[in-house]
Amino acid sequence: MIRFVLTRLLLLVAGMIVASALIFFALRVLPGDVAQVVAGSNGTPEQVERIREQLGLDRSILAQYADWIGGLLRGDLGASLVTGTPVARELLEKAQVTVPLTLMSLSIALIVSVPLGILSALRRSRPSGAVIGASAQAVAAVPVVWAGMLLVILFSVTLGWLPPQGFPRAGWAEPLSAFRSLLLPAITIGVVEGAVLLRFVRSAVLEATGQDYVRTAAAIGLTRTRALLTHGLPVAALSVVSVLALQVAALLVGAVVVEQLFGLPGIGRMLVADVGNRDLTKVQGEILVLTGVVLVLGALIDIVHRVVDPRHREQR
Amino acid sequence: MAHRAPRAMSARRTPWLRTLLRSPNGLFGVVVAAIVLLAAALSLVWTPYDPVAVDVPGAWRPPGAEHPLGTDNVGRDMLSVLLVGARVTVVVAIGSAIVAAIVGVLLATLGALTARWVREPVAVLIDILVAFPTLLIAMMLAAAFGASLLVVFIAVGIGFGVNMARVTRPEIRRVAQSDFVLAGRAAGLGPLRNITRHVLPNIAPIVIVQLSWAAAVAVLAEAGLSYLGYGAPSTTLSWGRMLADLQGYIGVHPLTVLWPGLAITITVLGLNLLGDGLRDATDPRLARGDSVTRAALTREPVQL
Repeated sequence: MIRFVLTRLLLLVAGMIVASALIFFALRVLPGDVAQVVAGSNGTPEQVERIREQLGLDRSILAQYADWIGGLLRGDLGASLVTGTPVARELLEKAQVTVPLTLMSLSIALIVSVPLGILSALRRSRPSGAVIGASAQAVAAVPVVWAGMLLVILFSVTLGWLPPQGFPRAGWAEPLSAFRSLLLPAITIGVVEGAVLLRFVRSAVLEATGQDYVRTAAAIGLTRTRALLTHGLPVAALSVVSVLALQVAALLVGAVVVEQLFGLPGIGRMLVADVGNRDLTKVQGEILVLTGVVLVLGALIDIVHRVVDPRHREQR
Repeated sequence: MAHRAPRAMSARRTPWLRTLLRSPNGLFGVVVAAIVLLAAALSLVWTPYDPVAVDVPGAWRPPGAEHPLGTDNVGRDMLSVLLVGARVTVVVAIGSAIVAAIVGVLLATLGALTARWVREPVAVLIDILVAFPTLLIAMMLAAAFGASLLVVFIAVGIGFGVNMARVTRPEIRRVAQSDFVLAGRAAGLGPLRNITRHVLPNIAPIVIVQLSWAAAVAVLAEAGLSYLGYGAPSTTLSWGRMLADLQGYIGVHPLTVLWPGLAITITVLGLNLLGDGLRDATDPRLARGDSVTRAALTREPVQL
């Protein structure tokens, strides 16, 4: 067990190193003079010079990378090339929108997918099960942008229940209004990702149906459904948990699009703006943090999965 | 014994297309893919109206006899724009699938058939890269090279290719240990010839199934990336761009976003089901039960 945890943590560290190197060097294969590109065609020579200095472009690329990593280890992500504000501070500020949005969409995805996935597996040979399965396939094919637009048309334009765009200027100082602005975006991501997750829940439960321990439980007198629910579900839940890390990655990516659509001041919208501005320091910091979150969650989920799964416990 | 072999082979060979077309999933997928391809091809020679002709007084016509799907904010005929937009969808789907195939097969082969000191780091690398969200790869590329359809190809190609490598690598290892590969080696085939002759044809079904799903992801990615401004340039007509262009008007003309959205959804659904159908038709071993390992190993929750 300890060996597994250590190996997994080692893989996480390796992952972070690979990720940081890929991000750093991918953003530096820019054709031509990086400083000039960043400053844009209207950049004055002074601006270009300042950017060159800020990026440390006068030194070797490996030294630049080492500088960046050194800063990272001290929690310093560098400063924006456009506004000069520290990237870490801006990320923390925008996380106040993105983190609640991601958690809300994850909750909605789970609320949608778990009961419906179980139901569709239990009723697999009945029309209701087939209808749920087919609907999930269809919803999973919907582009998040379009889902958001349809929900705006329904809940904002037609019914007028929720705001179509924006986030209160005071932020979480106005909790109710902040929550209301995040609700529609969270439903957008939650429903689409929930449909993707539903298929996993369904498969996991179906797989559990065929397992020996469920059959045995049924043989000793439980009804098939009862046996599946009490003995099959815990195992099915484990399989679902193991895909959750990838699912969170999808939620974060969904947040980028949805924040843009709903005009929410979150990390995703900031990233889109920074890519447009070619603010390389910010882009690399933001992408590294987002990727880091996905990698860390993946490692955590793997470890938890291993600790909780009784099948691994017995092998010890 | 000897005369039975060909029959066994034909029994395996012929039915896969028939099985595909007989399953509702496969049939739907084939029909949708054919319609999109035909629409794109048709748009090269004919569209009901000039898809770029601006006619401001004729904007926002409702669907009717003259314009079957109505007109958009600058008076372009929606059906014509939709037909031309199918070209980008086809190009993106095929382009991304090709990049994904190259990346996937190359990484999987490197991770399966090389010396241990190459193979194992590659396997670890695949595990790491799988966590990289495709959209972030695309944004990185867009930050470096500006927006273009090439960004979509490469981002989806890498993103999905890595996924494919993860699924294909164990299969390659399994096939490489089988008797016919060993026989090929014994008969004097070089490693490269042996791979192309014996290993790759045997993993082809898995790759083809994956490519169908990669194409679906690519179509979704085009929509998301073009919406964010990183995909098709603003002068190119694409379904994703249509959504972006019409977004500002959904309060007044909600019906118009229906068409590009439906087009994308049906195409993605079709490609997904085509992949499912192909999987069931080509790999009876996987089709047997609805197993979670199969779902987890084959179609990852990739979304945009």
